Amino acid sequence: MATFPFELVSPERLVYSGQVTEVVVPGSEGEFGILAGHAPFVSTLKPGILTIKGDGAPRKLFVRGGFAEANPQGLTVLAETAVPLAELRADNLQQMIRDAQEDVEDARDEATKARRLVVLEQLKSAASAIESDARASH
Amino acid sequence: MASLKDLRNRIASVKATQKITKAMQMVAAAKLRRAQMAAEAARPYADRLESVLGNIASAVAGGPEAPLLLTGTGKNQTHLLIVLTAERGLCGAFNSSIVRLTRERALALQGQGKTVKIFCVGRKGHEALRRQFERQIVEVVELRANKGVTFADAQAIAEKISSMLAAGEFDVATQFFSRFHSVISQVPTAQQLIPATFPEAKAPAAGAAAVYEYEPEGAEILADLLPRNLAVQIFKALLENGASEQGARMSAMDNATRNAGDMIKKQTLVYNRTRQAQITKELIEIISGAEAL
Repeated sequence: MATFPFELVSPERLVYSGQVTEVVVPGSEGEFGILAGHAPFVSTLKPGILTIKGDGAPRKLFVRGGFAEANPQGLTVLAETAVPLAELRADNLQQMIRDAQEDVEDARDEATKARRLVVLEQLKSAASAIESDARASH
Repeated sequence: MASLKDLRNRIASVKATQKITKAMQMVAAAKLRRAQMAAEAARPYADRLESVLGNIASAVAGGPEAPLLLTGTGKNQTHLLIVLTAERGLCGAFNSSIVRLTRERALALQGQGKTVKIFCVGRKGHEALRRQFERQIVEVVELRANKGVTFADAQAIAEKISSMLAAGEFDVATQFFSRFHSVISQVPTAQQLIPATFPEAKAPAAGAAAVYEYEPEGAEILADLLPRNLAVQIFKALLENGASEQGARMSAMDNATRNAGDMIKKQTLVYNRTRQAQITKELIEIISGAEAL
């Protein structure tokens, strides 16, 4: 299968770099898979699971905040947080959800509140996705 | 004339100082390596973000809905100077050169009749600026509690700046920090953050931007990415600053150690001369006493 270069970058470091066959990215308007030779494309991310398929077992990471850019040179995902699922503890995510909840309550105007509500919902769905993923792998 | 005991004490104290400066130099060298690695690790993210933003911005800019962070308020009256300095001293001219650059800029702006506001990050900058610009300092952030800067720190600062912009408290924001060139050379730099500037050199890349597909719309992506870019730019500056601080401290402490070595050498020479003079004097006293008999 055709491979393409993929890079996952967080502000603190380069998390992943290498040739892959497919990457599934949680885009803010829906998950999408990128294969080699994808058309130039930019999308923002929602909190969720990013799956890297290459040699061996697929690797799954929790990503939050950022965007993905696909161009003829390959795919680059810039995420504010990128943690392998195995290292992400459930309480960690619960904390994020609680923070988001507080943000919603603290919001001063309607527009901000609506925006933060979206984030909260996305986090919750990410949490349930991770849970079901954990169940599936057991 | 100092007595032998005085000289001995002085040599001992210089030796103790030398040990401290030597230790500080070695600590700074170790920290420098870590800071440099952190700065390098952060570079890919900042570079990618900048290139993508440049593409999107050139497609969206000029539109009526271009976000504040990109275009600024369109005025040029109130300037926010963000001063990034260290939490600790004893690092040569590192803090003072950043402060000097800020001060010059602030005075020049005031000379042109602009309003200046100062946002201090780091204790040293605040200490140095508060005498002259007491009333202009609007915000002070200390990074003291945490070891090394994290992205969250930069994000907190960026959020404060964004909310100040939204409240219309300033028109132009510039950050002052020290760019790391090498251990012996750190260049104090001013970088304009708002309105955002992107390298213009990539004109051909902008042509390629037209074929990108955006999800959601370009303007929406821009609204999401610009605050992020602000945080990343500050994060990058903080990391550069961290490396510069350690580099400056390392060379300052290297100098101090060498100076202490010179001082010990000189003092030891004086000590030995005084000791010999005293012995000679005592011998002369004994001999002349014997001759008198």
